[in-house]
Amino acid sequence: MAFVLTLPLILLIALLVLYPAFYSLYLATLNKAMTKFVGLGNFTFLFKRETFWMVVKQSCIFAITAVVFKALIGFIVAHFVHNIPGKKQRKWRGMLLVPWVIPPAMSTLAWLWLFDPSYSAFNYTLSFFGVGPIPWLGETFWARFSVILVNVWYGAPFFLIMYLAALKSVPDQLYEAAAIDGANWWQKIWYVTLPMMRNIIAITTLFSLIVTFANFDIVRILTSGGPLDTTHLFATWAFQVGIQSSDIPLGACVSLFMVPILAVAAIFILRDVSKRGNEA
Amino acid sequence: MSRKTLTRRQFVAATAMSSTALIAAPYVRGAYAAGKLSIGFWDHWVPGANDASTALVKEWADKEKVEVSIDYITSNNKKIELTAAAEAQAKSGHDILQMPSWWPHAYSENLEPLNDVMEPLIKQNGEVNGTVKYLAQSGGKWLAVPATPGSQIKGPCSRIDLMKKHAGIDVQEMYPVGSPPKDDNWNMETFLKAAEACQKAGFPFGIGLGETTDSVDTAGAIFQSFGAELVNAKGDVTVKTDEVRQALEYYKKLIAVLPADAPSWDDASNNKWLISGRGAMILNPPSAWAVAKRDAPQVAEQCWTHGMPAGPKGRFAPFLPYFWGVWSFGKNKEAAKSLLVHLSSPAAIEKFVVASGGYDLPAYANMTKFKTWAEEGPPKGTLFSYPDPYHRQTLSIAASPAPPKIAQQIYFQATLTKMALRFAQGEKLETALAWAEDECEGFMRT
Repeated sequence: MAFVLTLPLILLIALLVLYPAFYSLYLATLNKAMTKFVGLGNFTFLFKRETFWMVVKQSCIFAITAVVFKALIGFIVAHFVHNIPGKKQRKWRGMLLVPWVIPPAMSTLAWLWLFDPSYSAFNYTLSFFGVGPIPWLGETFWARFSVILVNVWYGAPFFLIMYLAALKSVPDQLYEAAAIDGANWWQKIWYVTLPMMRNIIAITTLFSLIVTFANFDIVRILTSGGPLDTTHLFATWAFQVGIQSSDIPLGACVSLFMVPILAVAAIFILRDVSKRGNEA
Repeated sequence: MSRKTLTRRQFVAATAMSSTALIAAPYVRGAYAAGKLSIGFWDHWVPGANDASTALVKEWADKEKVEVSIDYITSNNKKIELTAAAEAQAKSGHDILQMPSWWPHAYSENLEPLNDVMEPLIKQNGEVNGTVKYLAQSGGKWLAVPATPGSQIKGPCSRIDLMKKHAGIDVQEMYPVGSPPKDDNWNMETFLKAAEACQKAGFPFGIGLGETTDSVDTAGAIFQSFGAELVNAKGDVTVKTDEVRQALEYYKKLIAVLPADAPSWDDASNNKWLISGRGAMILNPPSAWAVAKRDAPQVAEQCWTHGMPAGPKGRFAPFLPYFWGVWSFGKNKEAAKSLLVHLSSPAAIEKFVVASGGYDLPAYANMTKFKTWAEEGPPKGTLFSYPDPYHRQTLSIAASPAPPKIAQQIYFQATLTKMALRFAQGEKLETALAWAEDECEGFMRT
């Protein structure tokens, strides 16, 4: 009976997750014309490409930097919001969630106008202070900074809301006990808040890492991978190689490259979370 | 009552005659047998241009008694490319799909040969340019029919006043309306000098150095005018040649006088550059001018679209054609072919040109002198030279003459602009060449 009840979900997952996943694995083993099985030939080809390793490096810089900042900002702002009393807190929570609620393709377009090469609103403002113009999307450093900034802006509210929920579940008695023991603000964070939030931090970091590694829209809209490919991520490069250059098997390989790495990270993090759950 | 019996011999003879008649008959007969036809057209950006396509299709469908459905598919965010990829994979979709330049070759195995359509069309409309043949022919087989909607030349659109004042060039005199251009001195050197002068005066030429098509098309035409090919027609990598070195040296000088943020430009950036009045020239079809007519009329009335400067190996203009392809798995291929013939008739082509305000370009030699181009304005005649009426230029596409499946990758990976930018930003010439050579070797995958 239990199996029958879960069957719709199993079918849905098989259709929407397993089939595409296995199909992309199959595609990754074909030659460019998709007429011949080449095994791992596409991967060995990729490993010899300079641009591929540049994309690997950039994806790591992008995902790790963005997740660190999202977590940090989310953590700090969650504390601020947590300390706002009653009704006002609801308003702040609502406002701070706005970036996360707007579809990223739309909000990134607004950012594109702010960074626009010729009419940047940021540069216009900075010009009053005698600064700039800054080539936001035209130089490697600034282009990477811009795409990470937009990702942090978009993703930080997710961390904020998760951390806020976690903060609310920390019993006040623990802080009271810590205060009696003479703990200062920092010690309360280090010895009470962080251990109590460890699981939620691990899970949000993992989820965010996976989603950020797979990001497409922000880079696609802001830089299309430029200048000189220095902002490409796996997804944007896979699109360029697979769809625009009509090499679908190679595009599939690029997009599959992170799967084993993220899968191993997921196993370790989730195992750690469940171990702590059992200890509790 | 007499009853006539049919002998076996009579039956075979009658069957053979009927079959012969059916095969030999033009499609017109079959089309009256009705049927359905599904079409995916490019969604035109000019208001009302889609209506011309719809009207022409309806005209044909009413005559042939075919039930048609049209989807207008935007090219924004590569929606057409995604549709083509999905339909080719699924072996199902529209009967006719309009596809951008490189796609007929990319899906050559899935496209119905159209020699029986193209050969009479060429007789009727005149020869097609070399780029159309390069992009739509494979082993003597026509893979697709050149579509007028969306096809464009990305030549210079200059500011008459700024070019005269700062570069001393009267573009209207050089490219007069109604008579051949006086472009003998319009070459890469005068182009560079004009770019330097306009930059000095605060109106740099708006040429992108990004990875989108406008940037790549310009680079392609400039490289070709120096005879620089990264991969030749046989498929050999030819990056380390004097022609490529020459083109790079030239590009370095040009990049020095382009806007500082040009490496991040996309296909909208150059349009905005012209419309804002900040630049003396861009390389683009007249879409920027058309928007300026609405948003900045004082700029529009100073715009003049004209031919490319010549390089040591000729005068090359970036040409980006669209094509109509018929899927081999389509359900009504004969009706599809019949419609393509109708859409490629001189009258239909002129309707497309008129509806797009002169933006759409036919690929046929006899179709470059419609009055729309002479009359559009302001200023009147601003588009006269846009279709290259005196055939002064070689219409080309970046990365050609490399075999199309390799060239497509050079094109979309923007190898030309990246190589030029690397060199201009301080990388040694030989290092930039070695990088491009390695990239091209990677594109040889089959």
